[in-house]
Parts: sequence; C-alpha cells; structure tokens
Amino acid sequence: MPDFDILFFLEVLVGGLLAGVMYSLVAIGFVLIYKTSGVLNFAQGSMVLLAALTFVSVRERGVPFWAALLLALAVMVLLGMSIERTVLRPLVNKPPITLFMATLGLSYVIEGAAQLVWGTQVHGLDLGIDDTPLEFGGILVSKFDLVAAGIAAAMVALLTGFFRSTRIGLAFRAAADDQLAALAVGLRLPRIWAAAWVAAGVVSLVAGLLWGARLGVQFSLSLVVLKALPVLVLGGFDSILGAIVGGLLIGASEKLSEVYLGPLFGGGIEGWFAYVIALVFLLVRPAGLFGQKEMA
Amino acid sequence: MITGMNKQLASKDDYLSRVSKDGTDKLIAAAVPLSFLAGASTKETSRSIPGPSPTLRLESITLSFGGVTALADFDLAVAAGEIRAIIGPNGAGKSSLLNVISGIYRPQRGQVWIDGRKFARVPTQQLAGLGIARTFQNLALFKGLSVLENVVIGRAAVRHANFLEQIVGMGRARRERAEAQARAEEIIDFLDLRAGPDRLAGTLPYGLQKRVEFARALVARPKILLLDEPMAGMTATEKREMTRFVRAARDEFGTTVILIEHDIGIVMGLSDRVAVLDHGRKIADGSPGAVQADQAVIDAYLGVAHEDESEEVYA
Repeated sequence: MPDFDILFFLEVLVGGLLAGVMYSLVAIGFVLIYKTSGVLNFAQGSMVLLAALTFVSVRERGVPFWAALLLALAVMVLLGMSIERTVLRPLVNKPPITLFMATLGLSYVIEGAAQLVWGTQVHGLDLGIDDTPLEFGGILVSKFDLVAAGIAAAMVALLTGFFRSTRIGLAFRAAADDQLAALAVGLRLPRIWAAAWVAAGVVSLVAGLLWGARLGVQFSLSLVVLKALPVLVLGGFDSILGAIVGGLLIGASEKLSEVYLGPLFGGGIEGWFAYVIALVFLLVRPAGLFGQKEMA
Repeated sequence: MITGMNKQLASKDDYLSRVSKDGTDKLIAAAVPLSFLAGASTKETSRSIPGPSPTLRLESITLSFGGVTALADFDLAVAAGEIRAIIGPNGAGKSSLLNVISGIYRPQRGQVWIDGRKFARVPTQQLAGLGIARTFQNLALFKGLSVLENVVIGRAAVRHANFLEQIVGMGRARRERAEAQARAEEIIDFLDLRAGPDRLAGTLPYGLQKRVEFARALVARPKILLLDEPMAGMTATEKREMTRFVRAARDEFGTTVILIEHDIGIVMGLSDRVAVLDHGRKIADGSPGAVQADQAVIDAYLGVAHEDESEEVYA
C-alpha cells in the first residue's frame, strides 16, 4: 500500500457516509412498519420502485414537478391505507412468518402492477440537482450526495418531531411499546398501522426519487431493499436512530474496505462486505446496536 | 409486537382478534349513535351517588371453555358510584368476569348492560369510549414511555382533532393536548406520583407501576373502573394508600368501581357490597358484614385460612 494519505482517506470516508445516508432512507421505511406492527415488510423495495416509477412516468407525460410529487404522494398514501385494509387486517394475530410471506407476495403484486401500468423500460430521473463535486479543504464531495443527505436529515427531523410532540406520535410509540396496553386505553391499532404504512410509503417516495436519480428508475430499483437489510441487522430493526447509524456505518465501511482491503482480494468487495458485517453482528449482537428485540 | 404476541396471555390474543372484527364493532356503533362521544365527553358534573338504576348489569351470563364452565348463569347489578368487590378462591371465575365485562370473552349466553345499553359482547375497541377503564392483574403499562406519557395516553379516547390538525398542531389539537397534559398532571398529583413524571414507567418499583396503571385508567374519568387485583404484590403501606385512592376516586369523580382482591381485610373495609364466586357461581352477594357471616362463603372461601391469603403474592 502506498503512503497513507489522510485527505484521500477522509474523501473516501465522507463519500461512504453520504452513500450510507441513502441506505438509511430505505431502512427507515422498514423500521416504521416493524416498530408499530411487528411486520418485516419485504415489499418496502417495491414501494420504492412504485413511488419512483409513478413520479417519473407522470413527469414524462408533461406534468409539472410539484404536481407529479403530490400525485406520487397520493398513490403512496392510498397504497398504505389499502394494504392495512386488505392484507394486514385479515391476518391480524397470525404468526410473523405468515405476515412476512404476505409482504413477500405483496412485493410481487406491487412490482407487477407498477410495471403493468407504467411499462418496463428504464427511465432517467432528473431532480435538477447537478452532481458536480464540491471542494471542502481539499476533499471532493458530491453535491448530489450532500443534497440527498440534507433531504434525509430533514425527513428524520420531521419524523422525530412528529413522534415526540404530537398525540398521534405518542400513540405510535405506545402501540410499539405494548399492544395490549394500547388496546386497553382505547387506541385504535388498525388506524395506527395504516398510518405507519402511509408514513413508510412517504419515506419510500423520498428514497425512490433519490435512488432513482442515482441509478435510473427501473425494476432493479426494488433491490435497494437488499442493501437496507445489513443496515437493519447492524442498527436494530426497531430503532430509527439505529437505521441512521447503521446506514452510516455500512456506507463508510463499504467504501473504506473497497479502497483499502479491496486490492488484497483483487477488488470488488464493496458489493458483499456489508453482508459480512451483518453476519458478524448476528453472531455477536443479534438485536443490533440500538434494537430491543432479537431477530435471530 | 406480533412476534411476541404468541407468547402472551390468551387474553391478549383475544384482544387482537377483536381488532380484525372492527367492522362488526362499527355496526354496533351505528346502532348506538353518539355512544362514542357520549362516553368520551368530559362532563364535570358530579353524579348522584349511588343512583337508583344499575349502571352495570350482567344477566344470566354463561361462559365456558371447552367442557370447563367459567361462569354459570351469573347475574350481577352494580349501582352507580358503588364499590363492588368480587372475591372467591383462585379459579372461581373472577378474572373471566372482568373479561366478559370488557369484551375480551364472549359469553355463550346472557347479556351485559352498560348504562342501559345491551351487549351480547361488549365492543372492546369502544370500551374507553363507553366510559370503562381497567387495570390488569399482570400490569399492561407502556414500559418504554415516561410516567407522564403513560397517563396522558389514558385520554386517548378523548380526542376529536383530526390528523391534519394534530400535525399542524393548531386550534383544537393544541387545546386537547394541553387539556390532556393538565389532567394527567392533576391525576399524578392526586396519586402522589410527583416523584418522577419523566421517569420511564418500566424503571419504577412494582407498587408504583401499579399506581401508574391506576392513574392511566383514572385520567379518562371513567364511569366504570375495573380493577383486577390492584394491590397484589404491594407492601402493607402501599395497600393502605391504594385503598385510599380507590375510595377517593369514587368520592371525587363518582366512579363505579368493580374490584377483584384477595386481601379480605381490605375488601371488607373498602367495598359497599361484596359478591362471592365459587366454581363460576355466585354463592353470596351483599354487604361485607352479611357476606362474612354467610355459612356458604365461610365453607367455600373464608374458612380456608384467609390470613395466608392476604399475604400471598399473586404473580
């Protein structure tokens, strides 16, 4: 290895952290649903795809940016509410594996429906954020990544404020804490579940737009969900803070390992290094850094 | 959540199966217009204590699980503002009785009348709206929320601001939040829980957790309060305080109290009337004095070394 270059190291680190924010975005959608209803939502990736595909398709038909955004938002809200009504409610009180399988099926239905309506070709998505690198004290940082991180941070702040200071937020936390107690005080769990799925849908929209702008909007966009899994294993499935920290850790370690360990393995370890970390965590700390429940 | 559910009590499963029957609950709600609002309104007027007509009536309730009869042709009438104890040996059907009143169990026969409304099965989801609050034998607290939050959420059924208003935090939503907060603080003061409203409920000693659960039930100003062994596992001092609180809840808010308790000394001192269950049947129902003198009760329950009973800790 050549002489250790601190500036280069920092550049890789910052790039990794910013990429990690993108992972966190997808992971937060999982956490919202898992926390309130205990369902591991495999359809999260399909929701990301549907949101992005809807947005980009109506944009291509000449609809202005904000109208397209509102329309995609409306689609995600409707989707969240109808999933609660048609999938979750009939399956209340079934074992977790049944619910997981249901969301697996749901992911195919959403993917299929999205492509049936909007077609299967690849769409480019331009959010109007240019991707010129900015320089901070000798470190080059992607402007797009910075904007994406800013949007993600704003969304997390909004969610946190919502959970901390509204009564619905309190009801959310209560339902996540103890369902029996929640029913005893008259909380309406179906409504809370519906709200959680709607919130996850909105998060999917944000993730879909940012990831879509990065990768192009196509079927494989739904596979970003696979990147969220090691983030969740690391941070814990029921902690938003965990999703953020997990995303940052995974993003940073992926990039650093690619650059510094990659040459030892002949390169290309960025693709699987996250899963190695996740495996180690499953052995050492199955609940994740911030999680309360063990998933193993 | 749903992961842990299967390990929980049967009653929890039953609770959740009720959620899926939301549709039928709505039908009942439609048949009793405004029942939700009526129960949830925050009338401060003190009720006449005790009123002439029963506020809660059970009519020939029969409940069995498989071949085991939990309740057999059971009748009970509780007047408004009354403290009614339900006693009996373990397995006599006391908790089943509370579960019928709160709609967790559906009896095979019989009806429950709440404030003149008849139910074959009480809609659990609307229990709070009907003005009924309960505590659980094994506690059902939000351990991860603060004491204050636990109590505030007891007013969950008293909420009219819609989603948007709450997010924006304006007008009605702000008023309701402020009111819920004020009520919760009032109850916390009332129950001497001031020590740590910001502490996580799960970190409190058991006796205080019981008191928080009681506060959460009380903050909704329920018409009917169902207490399932509220003093189990408490020290003698804690029991004395709790007794004082239950009586004060009745005296100040006019709440009707139905109480399951094993400590006979407390039951006799606190209750207006006592019903005694044995093998799912009511073998006595009357004033504490009359019940204590009843030969059937002595044979079935009181005769069995009740000094030990009072010291027992029910897990």
